[in-house]
Amino acid sequence: MNITGHDLIMACSAIGAGLAVIAGIGPGIGQGIAAGHGAAAVGRNPGAKGDIMSTMLLGQAVAETTGLYGLLIAMLLLFVQPLG
Amino acid sequence: MILQTVKIAELSKGGETVNNAILMSSGAENIDFMIHGIFKYEIFGQEVWITTSHVCILIVVLLMMAFAIAGNRAMKRAKEIPEGFQNVVELMVEKLDGMVEATMGKIAAPKFANYISTIFIFILMSNISGLFGLRPPTADYGTTLALGLITFFLIHFTQFKNLPVKQIWKDMCSPLPPWLPVWFPINLISEIAVPISLSLRLFANILSGTVMMALVYGLLSKIALVWPAALHVYFDLFSGAIQTYVFCMLTMTYIGQNYETE
Repeated sequence: MNITGHDLIMACSAIGAGLAVIAGIGPGIGQGIAAGHGAAAVGRNPGAKGDIMSTMLLGQAVAETTGLYGLLIAMLLLFVQPLG
Repeated sequence: MILQTVKIAELSKGGETVNNAILMSSGAENIDFMIHGIFKYEIFGQEVWITTSHVCILIVVLLMMAFAIAGNRAMKRAKEIPEGFQNVVELMVEKLDGMVEATMGKIAAPKFANYISTIFIFILMSNISGLFGLRPPTADYGTTLALGLITFFLIHFTQFKNLPVKQIWKDMCSPLPPWLPVWFPINLISEIAVPISLSLRLFANILSGTVMMALVYGLLSKIALVWPAALHVYFDLFSGAIQTYVFCMLTMTYIGQNYETE
């Protein structure tokens, strides 16, 4: 089996794509903290559940962006192949 | 946009491409989440493609127009006690107006309620169009970048319209006094980052859902019977609705900032 330079770059791109989605750890922790505090807030003040929910979801969706950047890098490496 | 160029490059090559080869070797036969070119024409020496995104946007816009015309006709025959379709239209308008007013305040809300409601319905329908077999138009960076740029220009238009230039300059040098613009370049970057992060957030969310569903249907096609419906509920309905809400909410917050001093 011959491994050309292009094959090597493709393999390394696949590994790089796998490494890039490790970025998902950060938003996962952040969203968990936000959800935990949201649950605590509903426990203290059940009347404000609607406001707390919308604020929490907004914050979580904004925090998600950094993870999505990692996902985009992975997608670019796999399907656009800027290096190959 | 990026994926679009890839597809076009593939089409012009016309042959089997490398990324298809990777997916094929994993046992999949019909994984397809790319944007396809349908029709090609040349303008000013540039190749321009009409893609599936354009067609899907057209379908969404035609649906919106049909709904608008039907709503208009229903409201012309409006009754004191609403019934049927009139109920639906009134409920939608009331909810959207309430959402805009709760975020932007009483002064700015009437000016932007129309625009915000329009992009809300457009993005929502685009996101859930994956349920009806279309490729969501918001999974094309061209669409979301256009939406982000409209927001960007609206922010700065309202800023220069409502605030004195001195105040804008002071805000741009924000932590330090206005005669020492050390922070100006950093604030400038954060202003430019607004449309990029807005558009990439929407694009990446919907694209990840589209890719995930394509992988499920492509790789597990033999056992993908009923349970992908749950994934559709999450990726298309839940994620799409949340991202629509977030996009409109952030647009309203950024624009509303320029009205607070009044």
